[in-house]
Amino acid sequence: MRYVIVGSGVAGIAAIEAIRSLDDQGEIWLIHEDPHGFYSRPGLAYYLTDEIPEEQLFPASIDWKQYRVQRLWGRVTRLYPEQSAIEGVHFRLARSIFGSKKVQEEAFRLSYDRLLLAVGSQAIPLNIPGTESQGVVKIDHLDDARRIRLLARRSRKAVVVGGGITSLELVEGLRAQGVEVHYLMRGERYWSNVLDETESRIVEHRLEEEGVILHHFTEVSEILAQKGRVVGVRLKDGQVLRCDMVAYAIGVRPRLELARQASLQTDRGILVNEYLQTSVPDIFAAGDVAQVYDPRSGKAMLDSLWGPAREQGYYAGLNMAGLKRPYLRGVPFNVTRLAGITTTLIGRIGEGRDEDTLGIVRGDSETWRDLPDALMAQSGFDVNRIRLIIGERTLLGAVVMGDQTLSFPLQRMIAEEVDIRPIRDRLLSANEKPAEVLAEYWSKLTTSTAPSLGRPVFKFSRA
Amino acid sequence: MSFYEEAKRRTVLVAGQVVPDAARCVQCGICSFNCPMGIDVRAHAWRGEPVVNSRCLTCGECVARCPRGVLRFERLSIFKEK
Ligand SMILES: Cc1cc2nc3c(=O)[nH]c(=O)nc-3n(C[C@H](O)[C@H](O)[C@H](O)COP(=O)(O)OP(=O)(O)OC[C@H]3O[C@@H](n4cnc5c(N)ncnc54)[C@H](O)[C@@H]3O)c2cc1C
Ligand code: SF4
Ligand code: SF4
Repeated sequence: MRYVIVGSGVAGIAAIEAIRSLDDQGEIWLIHEDPHGFYSRPGLAYYLTDEIPEEQLFPASIDWKQYRVQRLWGRVTRLYPEQSAIEGVHFRLARSIFGSKKVQEEAFRLSYDRLLLAVGSQAIPLNIPGTESQGVVKIDHLDDARRIRLLARRSRKAVVVGGGITSLELVEGLRAQGVEVHYLMRGERYWSNVLDETESRIVEHRLEEEGVILHHFTEVSEILAQKGRVVGVRLKDGQVLRCDMVAYAIGVRPRLELARQASLQTDRGILVNEYLQTSVPDIFAAGDVAQVYDPRSGKAMLDSLWGPAREQGYYAGLNMAGLKRPYLRGVPFNVTRLAGITTTLIGRIGEGRDEDTLGIVRGDSETWRDLPDALMAQSGFDVNRIRLIIGERTLLGAVVMGDQTLSFPLQRMIAEEVDIRPIRDRLLSANEKPAEVLAEYWSKLTTSTAPSLGRPVFKFSRA
Repeated sequence: MSFYEEAKRRTVLVAGQVVPDAARCVQCGICSFNCPMGIDVRAHAWRGEPVVNSRCLTCGECVARCPRGVLRFERLSIFKEK
């Protein structure tokens, strides 16, 4: 049996772990375009803020020898589903006679019994003149992060456009490198389709405290350059803002080229069934590139989240190795820092469109914008804040900012669909503090003898 | 109480161990980088296994530094369950 995995992100790695837990004979190939292989993509944000050195991005615990994986640095360029084969180019670093390094390309062809497409997603490019100038950056890969750090060293002023978590990671990363940052938003507030007004204001206030200059209702129409280098941006209203760098994070798009060209079924992502199989049964897809059926909403959804990418990769691997195990999409959540404030986002919390982003952004889930008609309870002001989306029987979503004491209980209560009817009225009452009501209820639930609260949640088990 | 203070407060627990929630971890390595004993906390978080390591000081550094709330202290139960 030959397994071929395309993509060395967390979905690809998790698939390898799963395959090896069931099959220690089969041959595993990993084709990766990123020269650095597997590393923490979310960790890139902390590399930009100098919280970790570059080496720290690479987990030491992945034992390639134990997994016996044939790694090939290269790009897959074409799939041949009828022949169960792929084609691509193999990259090799070669030294020229003058001692400089050069990447050599060599074509390859490989057949497979099972193929996994774990090719991830990619930043959507800015669609304005001037984006090819030096000083225009985005953050997809380690090489992007390196470039940002290098450019920041000789830059004084940067403009950041976009939304979601990644735009703030760019803002904070550039601030940490000592650059004056202007954050441009098209609309009237930050991440308006996931956060509510108060949450957006809390984040914006914090950014201002950190010295970030915010511009609302502002849009870039052109990047200005001299001798190929960024010198400023022209805004829609005609004004010019001088800067040496432009960083953007307007959203990501699954990398669908291979799947489309091979006529696999795609929508916004590659469509897969509960076994992570594409429309061609021996080709699987997992991670950011996969659009997965969500039993709660009845729709197929995209996520750009590390946790689900790992789960999907793991399930894809189990199924590729012959164990029929359906994957149930869980409730997406993310714990992240927004302008330094730890924030947990769980379930269905927002709706509509955000003017600063197109589709999905990194660390994002489409579910977060799938807000049903439900009631809301809020607790706390200033930096510590909890927002709950309350359904008839269960909690549907929550945003926890600042104090994270309730982050873990809420994650479980939402994922396991815990019955909240005993406290529902109190949660909605103006005289009660939802945080206190919840904490009390949680401690009751967990000290009771019931072994499980409700719906079981996904756990990684080592086979 | 902030998450950080919560973590600090828990450092007084003597018979405790660091327990991760694998589903939250993004493998950034901040925990391992800050562990004064050089324990690879991240590897435990990947496997969802508690840090059972005699060198662990239960100092709380990893718990406090993790930006994702992956790690928490859990009291080791002194009495064996029946
Ligand atoms: C800066 C940043 C911040 C983030 N923040 C968060 C966060 O806060 N929380 C969170 O949960 N998630 C976050 N994410 C998202 C998270 O990292 C992704 O969801 C996750 O990495 C997806 O894993 P994957 O394996 O599906 O794809 P990827 O990690 O994108 O890996 C895909 C790999 O496939 C390779 N590839 C693509 N095409 C080919 C080809 N044709 N041939 C060979 N190789 C190919 C690519 O080079 C890449 O290495 C963030 C990501 C970034 C970049
Ligand atoms: S700091 Fe937290 S998120 Fe990062 S590797 Fe450690 S446990 Fe995981
Ligand atoms: S509690 Fe302290 S010693 Fe123990 S693993 Fe965490 S950082 Fe290391």
